[in-house]
Amino acid sequence: MRLNRRLFLGTSAGAIASLAAPAVMAAAHGRPRVIVIGGGAGGATAARYIAKDSDGQIDVILIEPSRTYFTCYFSNLYLGGFKKMDDLGHTYGALAANHGINVIHDHAVDVDRAGKTVTLAGGASLPYDKLIISPGIDFVDGAVEGWSVASQNSMPHAYKAGSQTELLKAQIMAMPEGGTFAMVAPPNPYRCPPGPYERVSMVAHTLKQVNPTAKILIADPKDKFSKQALFQEGWGDHYAGMIDWIGPEFGGGNVSVDPDNMILTIDGEETQVDVCNVIPAMKAGRIAEIAGVTDGNWAPVNAIDMSTKADADVHVLGDAADQGDMPKSGFAANSQAKVCANAVRGALTGSRVFPAKFSNTCWSLINTNDGVKVGATYEATEDKIASVDSFISQTGEDSALRKATYEESEGWYAGITADMFS
Amino acid sequence: MRIAVFLSTLLASAALCGSASADRGADLAAGEKVFGKCKACHQIGEGAKNRVGPQLNGVFGRRAGSEDGFKYSISMARAGDDGLKWTAETLDAYIENPKSLVSKTRMNFRGLDDAEDRTNLLIYLRTFSDDPANLPGAEPTAQPSNHDLDPAILALEGDVEYGEYLASECLTCHQADGSADGIPSITGWPDEDFAVAMHAYKRKLRPHPVMQMMAARLSNEEIAALAAYFKALE
Repeated sequence: MRLNRRLFLGTSAGAIASLAAPAVMAAAHGRPRVIVIGGGAGGATAARYIAKDSDGQIDVILIEPSRTYFTCYFSNLYLGGFKKMDDLGHTYGALAANHGINVIHDHAVDVDRAGKTVTLAGGASLPYDKLIISPGIDFVDGAVEGWSVASQNSMPHAYKAGSQTELLKAQIMAMPEGGTFAMVAPPNPYRCPPGPYERVSMVAHTLKQVNPTAKILIADPKDKFSKQALFQEGWGDHYAGMIDWIGPEFGGGNVSVDPDNMILTIDGEETQVDVCNVIPAMKAGRIAEIAGVTDGNWAPVNAIDMSTKADADVHVLGDAADQGDMPKSGFAANSQAKVCANAVRGALTGSRVFPAKFSNTCWSLINTNDGVKVGATYEATEDKIASVDSFISQTGEDSALRKATYEESEGWYAGITADMFS
Repeated sequence: MRIAVFLSTLLASAALCGSASADRGADLAAGEKVFGKCKACHQIGEGAKNRVGPQLNGVFGRRAGSEDGFKYSISMARAGDDGLKWTAETLDAYIENPKSLVSKTRMNFRGLDDAEDRTNLLIYLRTFSDDPANLPGAEPTAQPSNHDLDPAILALEGDVEYGEYLASECLTCHQADGSADGIPSITGWPDEDFAVAMHAYKRKLRPHPVMQMMAARLSNEEIAALAAYFKALE
């Protein structure tokens, strides 16, 4: 048996649909239609798997404003000088050409769940049978006193990759000799739990080369963080004396900023800083809230198929979902997307639906060839996505293993981006 | 039938007398005879040098792929980086089926099915490894051998469609087009090689925390389904 890729060149899809088994759900517009909002690790993967595996039986529309998507994962490696910005950019052409996905570069501005339509900024109203919302994160208004998106040029978050990341790198390179890089770390839950601390490692790596007397200050509202022992060991080994982590015990959770004057105030004490990377508290991307499927900051979902508690025909993937034990990561969104795609396909075409299995691994780079990882497997229970098994890199591992771990992370990056965009 | 005699034989030689010692002598002689199958490629004993395969003095306790001056396959070097160490248990599994532990090993040997032959061979090899690794009590894997895979498990017919779904989880890291950048390619493999590798991860004989975790929750049928799918994937 040979499984080959089918090329969709516009005309083939209809012919295939007419030959295929009749759709279980026959919508007014012919083939059943899935609309996916958001072309990141959750949305691009879901769109690709539904289109690829349904052999043209399902009309898949992907709505994503960016023509080039820059991955947030690995963007810290750009700050560390290990990747170029171009390495992180991906386009959607193959999803249209190889899988017949209708990629629309526009913003979804409204969802009418009663009428089952999505409205675009451009004005079009598109009907759907199943809607998948994978919008990533937005920031909670007023989460850091003194900061708003209006001040993100003075104090970048760089937590959505692209221009913000480039701005932060430029600011780091322009720091005065012996200057201070400050980070305001976010409270749980947030995208990419080890991300802020990998970022500190990468900034330290860059500063050690170009500005070795510079200091890094982290104000953190959490009393512990992901891979803490591994990061702290690495910081001691590679960047001794450079990094000062201020946890909540010392006021790290009581922070305000003055972007105009580059002042960071921690527990009442003002510090003049040269770069201030503010990563505010997060919430689901706004379209999830507009669709009315959120409860508080996130969208509660059923673990078995990622459908929302609010609406069985609306699924939410990735960072925006309140799903249980999985971290908010690109890997997790990609994993959830496959479970969702299998269930959506089954509902629309009667294809076989298999048990939900989820997994996640997060790699972080501490220094050149010094990679670490953490991961877990998960299953669907009545209440949530529940952790089954887990592992984490150990402190004191030898350099050959750490190098192999870093190389593995590069392999993963090539793998997941091919799994989303090819 | 499984013959799990390695530990008991070693302990017997240390603790008992008379017939046990005689048995050990017989095992050693039998092991030396089995080593005849290895001799074309491996040297052992005084003056042993790397040839087609690495020399085997001191192999117990050695990290896989670490013998100075020997050029290993990428697969073996990776296994060493992942933490594969040669112990009675791992050597036993490797000699039984080299591809279970190191999928793309260059050791061109189909494996020794007979558990007693393997045990005798290991007793022979062990006499060329230094203290403390060759003391019976120092061997951390002093368990009866239990890695023989039931042939019925390998004979399971895989459900390719289920395999395709399960494989989607693999494809987050292992690329569908067979590219390998830091993570090995798993496409187009003989299904038996795939299955023995996954079972070796599942039983934690083969090191790698991600793969051990992923394999741990796969049933025999699910491993067969994956093997069938990846065999067919071009």
